[in-house]
Amino acid sequence: MTGPLETGMIDSSPEELSRYARLRAQVRIGLPPVLVFFVFIGLWYVVTYFVLSPDRRWLLPPPHQVVFEGFFVGSTLTEILNGLWQSTKVALMGLGLAFMFGFSMALAMSQAKWIERSLYPWAVASQTVPILALVPMIGFWFGFGVLARVIVCFIISLFPIIINSLTGLLSADRGLHSLFTLHNASRWRRAMRLQIPAALPHIFTGLRTAAGLSVIGAIVGDFFFGRGEPGLGLLLDKYASRLQSEELFTTVFIACLLGLAVFWGFGLLGRRMVGDWDPYWAEEKLT
Amino acid sequence: MAAKPLITFTDVSVRFGQITAINAFTQTVESGEFVALVGPSGCGKSTVLQLAAGLIQPTTGEIERSTANMGYVFQDPTLMPWRTVRKNIELLGELEDMESSERRRRADEVLELVGLSDFAGHYPLQLSGGMRMRASLARSLLLEPDLFLFDEPFGALDQISRARLNDELIALYADRRFGSIFVTHSVDEAVYLATRVLVMCSRPGKVIAEFSVPFDYPRDQSMRYSSEFTKIAGSVAEALAEAS
Repeated sequence: MTGPLETGMIDSSPEELSRYARLRAQVRIGLPPVLVFFVFIGLWYVVTYFVLSPDRRWLLPPPHQVVFEGFFVGSTLTEILNGLWQSTKVALMGLGLAFMFGFSMALAMSQAKWIERSLYPWAVASQTVPILALVPMIGFWFGFGVLARVIVCFIISLFPIIINSLTGLLSADRGLHSLFTLHNASRWRRAMRLQIPAALPHIFTGLRTAAGLSVIGAIVGDFFFGRGEPGLGLLLDKYASRLQSEELFTTVFIACLLGLAVFWGFGLLGRRMVGDWDPYWAEEKLT
Repeated sequence: MAAKPLITFTDVSVRFGQITAINAFTQTVESGEFVALVGPSGCGKSTVLQLAAGLIQPTTGEIERSTANMGYVFQDPTLMPWRTVRKNIELLGELEDMESSERRRRADEVLELVGLSDFAGHYPLQLSGGMRMRASLARSLLLEPDLFLFDEPFGALDQISRARLNDELIALYADRRFGSIFVTHSVDEAVYLATRVLVMCSRPGKVIAEFSVPFDYPRDQSMRYSSEFTKIAGSVAEALAEAS
């Protein structure tokens, strides 16, 4: 994908050359991470076969065995995919709630200094609260099932949404604010046409950060609130206690993929929505 | 001039806490007059514009306006990066609840006027500094204001773009004869554009010298090399040196 600026530059040079140059650029960007991946897999084999004695090999089973047990044994795969679906659902629900609540809070804070002053310390407090300390209370109030896990995701992803939205809402140009004042714009109009559009790039940055945190919240929440359909965290707990290291590794791998997918997905969304005009998102690499 | 003055400042002072930004400022801008305001940084030039626009109120004194239709052009283009050039230019029409067809018609007109018709669909990010400033100028032209307030609009541009925009502004002025208060650091620019140049000093900000520039419009670059231009610019520069 190329931004508007790049397109202009590429058009000015012969097409064939540009395609070749683009391919080369892609290889140059894409190759190093792939190489690192192979080095990593190589090291893994070295540890499995040369560092660990055979009787301790279960501590780190070789990659091909992990892939086989995790992805080619039907029942395991179903169980893990089910866990993936549960965790994704919980993470997105928590994120959705956090977005609705956090954005509304930021919008209120952007409208009056006294609201900002009253709420800001509490927004910061929501970040510093050790989530583990709240676990018993969350359990009491919301039960030990899906709702409790959603609450954990909500608390953990709230702060970046509030702070980024607020920064964005307050970032609108002063000159533009003056124009709105000169033309007697209502508060509503100022918010809709000036503050919210100006905030969009920041909002997407906040959403992406929060989404990553929410995934962590969904998996960690599983460890404490184990009722209902098991998510990835519960599976991790189960496989670890049964010493099923192949399944354990697969689940870890899937959890990482979920985090990456969410990060990438919200990155794509941000670039789609504001990449045309925001210099940060226009240059955002989605490799 | 028989028409009522566009704006009259009578003995206006502005204090921000202990600091007196403007003191005993008395000036009149007649309809069709192009007044340039030069002075050292912090002498309250911009404050005069904010007063004129009604963005701030005088601490003492009075400001009387015969028009509410004023255009404000800032030092930065202050375009909305999320809107295309056309949508940026239509903004003030939206804020004044103008019909969308009328908005579009006027936007076409001013786009043509500033030579940006081919860039209507571009985002500000894709334009050069000079083009962004043109778009900003076009935005303020949409409502055809009687009084323009320019706050060092070309200060951030390179010399070539600046000279070109000066000429374009002169052409616009020659055509429409709107009233203007033009704040600038550049003596040359002030004398080139204005019918009258005011020199301000700082702490407290007040007018210490006034020069009228008798050249006809439209003016062109060759005027800059005439002996009379040099003489006026020299006197303005002298007054400015005293002010700082």
